Amino acid sequence: MGGRDATMVLLDENGIRCDGRKVDEPRRIMIKAGGLKNADGSAYIEFGDNKILVGVFGPRDVHPKHMSNTDTGILRVRYHMEPFSVGERKNPAPSRREIEISKVIKEALEPAVILDKFPRTAVDVFIEVLQADGGTRCAALTAASVALADAGIPMRDMVAAIAAGKVADTVVLDVNNEEDQAGQADMPIGYMPSLEKITLLQLDGVLTPEEYKKCVQVGVDGCKVVYELQKKALQEKYFGNGGE
Amino acid sequence: MASTSVIDELKKIQILELLEQGKRVDGRALDESREISIETNAIPKANGSARVRLGETEVICGVKIQPDRPFPDMGDKGIFICTAELLPLSHPTVETGPPGPDVIELARVVDRGIRESHMIDVSQLVIEQNKSVVGVFADNVVVDYDGNLFDACSYAATSALLSSKSPKWNWVDDTPTLVEGEDMPIPVSTIPVSVTMGKIGTHIIVDPNGDEWGSMDARITITTDSDGNICALQKGGSDGFTLEEIHRCGDISVKVGAKIREKLKEVQKGSQ
Repeated sequence: MGGRDATMVLLDENGIRCDGRKVDEPRRIMIKAGGLKNADGSAYIEFGDNKILVGVFGPRDVHPKHMSNTDTGILRVRYHMEPFSVGERKNPAPSRREIEISKVIKEALEPAVILDKFPRTAVDVFIEVLQADGGTRCAALTAASVALADAGIPMRDMVAAIAAGKVADTVVLDVNNEEDQAGQADMPIGYMPSLEKITLLQLDGVLTPEEYKKCVQVGVDGCKVVYELQKKALQEKYFGNGGE
Repeated sequence: MASTSVIDELKKIQILELLEQGKRVDGRALDESREISIETNAIPKANGSARVRLGETEVICGVKIQPDRPFPDMGDKGIFICTAELLPLSHPTVETGPPGPDVIELARVVDRGIRESHMIDVSQLVIEQNKSVVGVFADNVVVDYDGNLFDACSYAATSALLSSKSPKWNWVDDTPTLVEGEDMPIPVSTIPVSVTMGKIGTHIIVDPNGDEWGSMDARITITTDSDGNICALQKGGSDGFTLEEIHRCGDISVKVGAKIREKLKEVQKGSQ
């Protein structure tokens, strides 16, 4: 929700969106694996105007101890926005929104990580949103997957994420901030392309059952594009020069 | 909530074995929700209220309607807020204190389903533009737990809203002033219905009970409106869904939702 500006043209007669993109075109995406010295794994992503840093620690001892599980390692995720990341200063304390997003991202990553070899340990994922511009949870999930891989955590697949949505009665890929505020629907999707499994899915906004199916498909196809960039980021760090 | 339902491994295995034969622990079909009973005006001091039982899960929702200041950039719209709280008497594992991530997610998903359906026409809830609007607060309390709080809270809030009578205020001397004897139903444009499905192994079940909730690998909550459109969705739990499963869950939510909506329409009729 939020103030809806009726005068903004979200989609012009040539099918070009308010930021000059085509309906199936994602924003500019740059992913870098590593970068933090102290974290066991890290990643940085620029996704349009989003700038997000992720650090991973573990498997390591669990504190508080009662959280530990004797059967498996546990995954903990904190999604946090800096006070300066948005237009008006954000209170630095975690909001209910951030707590929900932390949980949703954790549950999106859990199917990907293999922690049963590390009982009584925790893997901590710290996501810091330095600048936000719509679609932070998808960009954060994408970067968190790369950071987990960079930390050498055993994984079944990486989770790639992007949002699909409905803007000016049209299904589009990668909803930006303006489109999220003024558009009709926003559907963030997290997907493991090799396992063909959707691990994050949310929706707000009204879609017909046909539009719903199309949105999921557009999102899944978008995730496959993001996935290639995730792999490239890891190849660049570990093999140099994009895996040559 | 998964954390409030400790289920032993044997029960889990039994649930899965039954599902392999197409059966559920309580004898329901896979796409069958539990019996829903709705009692409205359970709390006469509230502007609207409902006591809803979904199987053995029980939720009370009270609606309070009062003048409020509008949000800064939303001076032409009233306020709608829906909350949910898990009371310590609802289950032995529930503790007092600030809500954990499970309960925060519950409240936000229930709120989002009703909000995104545009059930309440907030543009009609303005007393004086940019100065004073009507606030509608639907607060759910869970009093007994047996799984699937998402749907139970959603039905309770929707029923309470449908049975609500709002007082009327006029803008007099720069203050909202109550007009006696002008109570009206609140402006409702559609009836949202939330349908939560659990995934156990490769099986999709509608409205998981407490034992099933404790055994689930993943879940999905889909809210549909009166036109059969999908207006909100939340995936949860530690597993994923295939594209085919996501499509199937969408179809189930429309079909099961339509049935449950008939029940909620009776609430609407009964209160007019």
